[in-house]
Amino acid sequence: MLTKNLFRKPANPLEWYDSIRGKKNTRPDIPEQMCVSCPKCKTILLTGDLSESAHVCPKCGYHFRINARQRIGLIADRDTFRERDAQMSSSNPIDFPNYEKKLWHARLQSGENEAVVCGTASVGGFPCCLFVMDSHFMMGSMGTVVGEKVTRIFEYALQKSLPVIGFTVSGGARMQEGTLSLMQMAKTSAAVRRHSDAGNLYVAVLTDPTTGGVTASFAMEADIILAEPGALIGFAGPRVIEQTMRKKLPPGFQRAEFLLEKGFLDDVVPRRGQREYLARLLSLHQRRA
Amino acid sequence: MEAYERLAAARAKGRPSGLCYIRNIFTDFVEMHGDRRFGDDGAIVAGIARLGDLPVTVVANEKGDSTKERIRRNFGSAHPEGYRKALRQMKLAEKFGRPVVCFVDTAGAFCGISAEERGEGEAIAENLMEMSALRTPILSVFVGEGGSGGALALAVADEVWMLENACYSVISPEGCASILWKDSSKVREASRCLKMTAEDLLRLRVVERVFPESGGFDQVYATLKTELYRALRQKIALDTNVLLQRRYDRFRRMGARPER
Repeated sequence: MLTKNLFRKPANPLEWYDSIRGKKNTRPDIPEQMCVSCPKCKTILLTGDLSESAHVCPKCGYHFRINARQRIGLIADRDTFRERDAQMSSSNPIDFPNYEKKLWHARLQSGENEAVVCGTASVGGFPCCLFVMDSHFMMGSMGTVVGEKVTRIFEYALQKSLPVIGFTVSGGARMQEGTLSLMQMAKTSAAVRRHSDAGNLYVAVLTDPTTGGVTASFAMEADIILAEPGALIGFAGPRVIEQTMRKKLPPGFQRAEFLLEKGFLDDVVPRRGQREYLARLLSLHQRRA
Repeated sequence: MEAYERLAAARAKGRPSGLCYIRNIFTDFVEMHGDRRFGDDGAIVAGIARLGDLPVTVVANEKGDSTKERIRRNFGSAHPEGYRKALRQMKLAEKFGRPVVCFVDTAGAFCGISAEERGEGEAIAENLMEMSALRTPILSVFVGEGGSGGALALAVADEVWMLENACYSVISPEGCASILWKDSSKVREASRCLKMTAEDLLRLRVVERVFPESGGFDQVYATLKTELYRALRQKIALDTNVLLQRRYDRFRRMGARPER
């Protein structure tokens, strides 16, 4: 059960928990997750085919959201990923109501301890540090643990003179940790700056959606900023802007292609070429011996 | 006083905004306009002034004191060019060895099409990164509202101070209430939960000092004048590398975990 359905978002977050507790699943056993419909071109796709195509629709190129482990599997060379700070998990630093319960649900739902997975790996044979955010954990929001883990991976990379590759996906700073979440923007930015000052490379890949406090900190501070096709990238979310402006936003607004046109991205890179693309960047930044 | 009452005080019409502090604390203020990239943002005022005998760079949110002024200054919510103007002045401060004093009073960075297409997120991110390593002392004082990233973009400082009714929050209580409880009327509860008052933030060690307002704002100006001068003199006397290490550590300890 654990391995088979780890990457599926359960309809009932407690389903997994119930199953290991031996509670009987009362729903009829229909393999509803066998097929998905592409939200863009509406083609019905077999999930098996989809996972073979890196969760990109083979018809229209729509990039489905994937979790951190799937991402690492696509980017890191086989069996090279070594996770760091895997056990770190949030407490409730400002006693926000119901936050513990939310965290507990998020852990069950995502199978992760927090919204970012960090570690070392090699990509195309080049060693690097990797951080990968996960939208399945409270929409990738940044609280003190996400801030701490990202800061630590930059500090570690600085110490080892390693490049950092980061995949972002986030709804922004996590409001349940109040101003302490906000402070993580400053903390991570300072760590990025130190890593950068020592001449190390940082490449960020912005995935759907990257917004709020993550956009306004380490996502936009990389030497090279890339994005996946169609990714929503912005500071304010589209709904907030529509409310403020009291009008509909133009189509394509805040999408990766829009940001590329406005000059805020270095490139838009489809998922299926990313490993080679990143390996080439790492190779071009090898320091002379 | 409850968080919600403090928030109301921080937002109250007629409460002094950035320019009042500049006029009442400094002398010889020369305003510098524009980011040399796009335009001049009225929501942020920046320039050079004298604090006692000390030349300083001053950056302040200004909400405006009349309807016309408030519209011109976009109610204190800055576009990217505002943050880029602020950064340009801070870089000049670094070059000429002047300390930087920031006054924060904003509901947040502007949320709109114009701000997004000119890179609001990028502008704030750049300020955070550059301020973390700016080789001159920075002090930030929260005098009214401190809304999220738009406030932090003027507050990556060696010390952060607040007036007793100022607020500093990751999200507006209205936003928090509507997202969490789908009920924007629960603002009072949200403002309590977010721990956004000066008193809360002093306890959480997000800010170093809190100044009372009970003696009136003339008293506040006078106190700030003395205390800013004293603090800046202390910071200037420090070796720059020590100053920067302390600034790094100041943020590094926030939310740090013991197991390393």
